Amino acid sequence: MALHGGNVKHKRRERIDRGIKVRSDDIFALTSYREFLYVSVPPVAPVILLLALPLILPLYWQKVLITTSVFAILALSWDFLVTVGMVSLGQALFFGIGAYLAGYLDIRFALPIWTTIPLATLVGGLLSAILLLPVLRLRGVYFSMVTLVLPLMFERTIEATGWFGGTEGLTGLKSFPNIWIECYLIVIALLLVFFGLRRLVTTDYGLVLTAIKNNDRAVMSGGINIYWMKAQALFITGSIGAFCGAFMTHVYSFVGMPVFALDYSILPLASAVVGGMGTFAGSLLGAFILVPLSEALRGIGGLRTVIYAVSLVVFIVAIPEGIFHYVQRKYQQFERWAEVEN
Amino acid sequence: MSGTTGIQKGELLLKVRGLSKNFGGVRAVIEVDFDLHQGELLGLIGPNGSGKTTLVNLITGFVKPSGGRVEYRGKNITGLMPYRIARLGIARTFQMAKPFADLPAFKNIVIPLFSPRVRGLSGGRYGDRDSVAKDLLEDVGFERDSSVTFKAAGSLPHGYLKRLELAKCLALRADLIILDELFSGLSIAELASIVPIIEKMMMEGKTIIMIEHRLRELFRIADRVLVLNFGQVIADGKPAEVMESDDVKHAYLGTED
Repeated sequence: MALHGGNVKHKRRERIDRGIKVRSDDIFALTSYREFLYVSVPPVAPVILLLALPLILPLYWQKVLITTSVFAILALSWDFLVTVGMVSLGQALFFGIGAYLAGYLDIRFALPIWTTIPLATLVGGLLSAILLLPVLRLRGVYFSMVTLVLPLMFERTIEATGWFGGTEGLTGLKSFPNIWIECYLIVIALLLVFFGLRRLVTTDYGLVLTAIKNNDRAVMSGGINIYWMKAQALFITGSIGAFCGAFMTHVYSFVGMPVFALDYSILPLASAVVGGMGTFAGSLLGAFILVPLSEALRGIGGLRTVIYAVSLVVFIVAIPEGIFHYVQRKYQQFERWAEVEN
Repeated sequence: MSGTTGIQKGELLLKVRGLSKNFGGVRAVIEVDFDLHQGELLGLIGPNGSGKTTLVNLITGFVKPSGGRVEYRGKNITGLMPYRIARLGIARTFQMAKPFADLPAFKNIVIPLFSPRVRGLSGGRYGDRDSVAKDLLEDVGFERDSSVTFKAAGSLPHGYLKRLELAKCLALRADLIILDELFSGLSIAELASIVPIIEKMMMEGKTIIMIEHRLRELFRIADRVLVLNFGQVIADGKPAEVMESDDVKHAYLGTED
């Protein structure tokens, strides 16, 4: 083979995204329809799929979709709090507060659903932030411990005092007119939260939140009140969690102590870790793997929890970076044959 | 010889009286008094553990004083939260550079630009602060549009981290800038390029406190030097005079008995 042989044609493999990306991650130079699809399918396809799912699923799996979406939203809110450097072990706190608020507003004031949910969302967010104000100075594992304990404390308080219906819970609450409204309300909420949070963290405001995780002292010496910023982040997370709780209250027409259960704290966390933290897409993907998997395993009976736990461990050990990061990396490494003149 | 003699002293900017800090039984800073006027460059020197950084932490609010008083422009700022003090126009760097490691270098500068002190000044639209940040980085010697500006701050070489810290202070449009061992770990060439930046800041009327161990470089630019030893001020005056003091010689070289 002559090195300077003129027009001898060779083939070599090259990455598909070679030539698409120009200098930075958000400027593309697309030269063909195929390249356009390569770039646009990954973000667009899941959105279309999510919107189409309620139409094609049978009733049982529609209900699974609702639960999955709720856990996905909780996972997103957990992931958001991590961006600010706060590792919460108690998303159940936000969820439970929202659930009980919606139930209480319904029973006590007979408000319609379209009022209870927004009210529970806002007031729930506010309450969450206020409850955690005293621990804003805590960092790392100390903050986590407090968030772990608070929902358990609420659960026991309701049990011991009999407030809000005690162990019986509040029953006979208003429900949604039909399952289509439930499905689409939660799917659209999921998409809004997903794109909203992704947008938020790229703004200068979001940048400051990210910086607090990096180094809170340096943010303070930049003249920024980090406690106020953290309180706002807690309000955002709290509202999102409270919305989920209020929504589920009206789906079940019931609210009881289980809303403060560990499930609502651990599953969102597991989803984010299995799916991949820090991108929001990972949390969403994780929830859509873990929750349906748990449902699919129902048929097995007793060993269900064991198999579920084993698969969780396998995911985390095999792909510690998270499924989303792994898939994303592989996707960018797809290669094609290209002709080169040598 | 001090390079900026003859500079007209401005108004009294910082007034420190009887400032003390005890950590348990350790008296880290003891009854420190000094004044600082607009436009001065004060060197803060002393052996390791003499309380220099604690003194800075007391002034900037990162450590609450056990006693004494700090006034800035006549306003009592003793024990205020660090962000409140920063908003008044006192910026500082940290001995160990504290970049936001995950963020690109220029995004590091966006953080102080978001402070209420300058938020309105740097424009509110998306991306406005980015360009202000890049301009500031250029001011401290980042090559314009070089890839360094876009690299994650955690991966920057030491020299650039120090410049980044300087740019953060400039972003806050601070009037009093406190530099904690800015020169440490810099090569002669890096020093030669960073000193003019400080001189430029002086010409713009900034007031500067520098904690420094590299005395030769410090004395070229400092108007005045404050020497600490075991938490106490043992000398305060022009660099040449201070180094003649017996107390200072003892503190640095030890006594012979």
